Amino acid sequence: MAAIEILGLEKTYMVGFWRKRPKRALQPLHLTVEEGEIFGFLGPNGAGKTTTLKMLMGLVFPTAGSARILGHDWTDPEVKAQIGFLPEQPYFYDYLTAHELLDYYGQLSGVPGKDRKRRIEEVLQRVGLTDIKGVQLRKFSKGMLQRAGIAQAILHNPKLVFFDEPMSGLDPLGRREVRDLMEQLKQEGKTVFFSTHILSDAEALCDRVAIIHKGELRGVGAVADLTATVQGKVEVIWQGTEVPASMKALGAECHITGDTVRAVIPENQQDAAIDALRRERIRLIALTPLRTSLEAYFVEKLQLPQSAEEKTLGTAV
Amino acid sequence: MSPRIAYIAANTFREAVRDRVLYNLIAFALLLSGAAIFVGQISIDIERLVVINLGLTAVSLFGVVIAIFIGIGLVSKEIEKRTLYTVLSRPVRRWEFIVGKFFGLAGTLVVNTFFMAIGVFGALLYVAHKFSKPDALILVALYFIVLEFLIICSLALLFSSFSSPLLSAVFAFSLFVIGSFADDLRGFAGMAHGITRWVATGAAYLVPNFSALNVISAVAHQQAMSSQLILQNTLYALFYTAMALSGAVLIFERRNLK
Repeated sequence: MAAIEILGLEKTYMVGFWRKRPKRALQPLHLTVEEGEIFGFLGPNGAGKTTTLKMLMGLVFPTAGSARILGHDWTDPEVKAQIGFLPEQPYFYDYLTAHELLDYYGQLSGVPGKDRKRRIEEVLQRVGLTDIKGVQLRKFSKGMLQRAGIAQAILHNPKLVFFDEPMSGLDPLGRREVRDLMEQLKQEGKTVFFSTHILSDAEALCDRVAIIHKGELRGVGAVADLTATVQGKVEVIWQGTEVPASMKALGAECHITGDTVRAVIPENQQDAAIDALRRERIRLIALTPLRTSLEAYFVEKLQLPQSAEEKTLGTAV
Repeated sequence: MSPRIAYIAANTFREAVRDRVLYNLIAFALLLSGAAIFVGQISIDIERLVVINLGLTAVSLFGVVIAIFIGIGLVSKEIEKRTLYTVLSRPVRRWEFIVGKFFGLAGTLVVNTFFMAIGVFGALLYVAHKFSKPDALILVALYFIVLEFLIICSLALLFSSFSSPLLSAVFAFSLFVIGSFADDLRGFAGMAHGITRWVATGAAYLVPNFSALNVISAVAHQQAMSSQLILQNTLYALFYTAMALSGAVLIFERRNLK
């Protein structure tokens, strides 16, 4: 069963003083996220990521389309007991302490009273919020608020978690911890859907990604597949401080860094390159096919021309 | 009742307490004790009348100000600060949120009124030295004041569900002022002719009739309250509150939380 099935969700806002000018925030979006995967929803700022998440959470109503979450209609409020949501730059009731906030959210999510206290301690420990008893959220730093936000999203042990820019506001250590947490959630069999514009996070974490730009889905696929595309070139790295003439003759693009040389040559020249290095008695360190990075794929997808329909409607920025 | 409504109401009450809303009781206590001492010195035989009038009017005004100024932010503040996102992404229906907020604010005002009522009776005891049977009528006046608060809370919530806090405050306060003169408006409608009569009659029945709920002067003059009036005012206030809350729910159910 798919964890999320987005069936043509689209959103057009009417803007202008008389609200007569349509501005499309999201073109009809079709997307399926399988259970148990970490799915990255990538796109630059203003691409439509948050709009999509808000529609799935029932905060914004779509102009058309529907969705199914965990096999149920996405408007069914009871489905929400099985999902967790971390909004972008979360802000909470600042007069509450983290314990009170989580207790309140636990009540709303239907966590039984006897389990609530234990769960609260567990999730606070898990997100690294300790020694905060009695401290109101108004005294929390941005990073601490983000951690409290993650805690409230996983408090009720949901099957599916939506994170909107979860690394926002976190220092490098915090980002690492959140990445680890997301991997743990996956190991527990949960599905994680997160939006980000930080590609390194997506590349390190995601099973699959979708790329959205100007409200339009530009590409979707497994990270391993997207980055497996061989460009018909290989990368050769050897020990040395200079480039032999025989390598130059192969048309290698060479870069010398310290005592290593990195060269990129056409794939059909790799045997000749190895022979050349052997003849010169140079120590070969690595020879690897050159793969497309997620960043290169992302940039390529962003540069695709906008669809004709989109040009007529305009998109939200 | 859904337990979620109770949780939202309890959190709204806690917010009001932590935002030091009940501190108004200190101002009220100072006002009333000052007035009791002052009245005791300058009034002859009308101390009771003055204290009841002043005390109940203060209870009403303090409550109205709280109802408007908290009520107008109940929804808009949650949208603006985005605290609503993590509530509505749980199994909470939008109508439950509105009703929970209403009960939270209404609860705050009932608690506030309870303490103020103790103050009024305390001041009365101070100036009159004992309670008399007609003083029980004060409870009826307090009950009507609470009914008035329910209407104002629901109106503030209604405006808060689609408008900015500033405009909501203007709308709610305007309705409170107009509603306080609802009887006069109805009298004017009765005297008018043609289209003016239709407009005035429509307006007179649309605005909340706060003048019917204001029995402070009658209570101070020890006039009896009929059970029919109590029943009529109760039904009217509950009906008006339910209508305003339904309006708030209808608007909020369709609202995009950008």
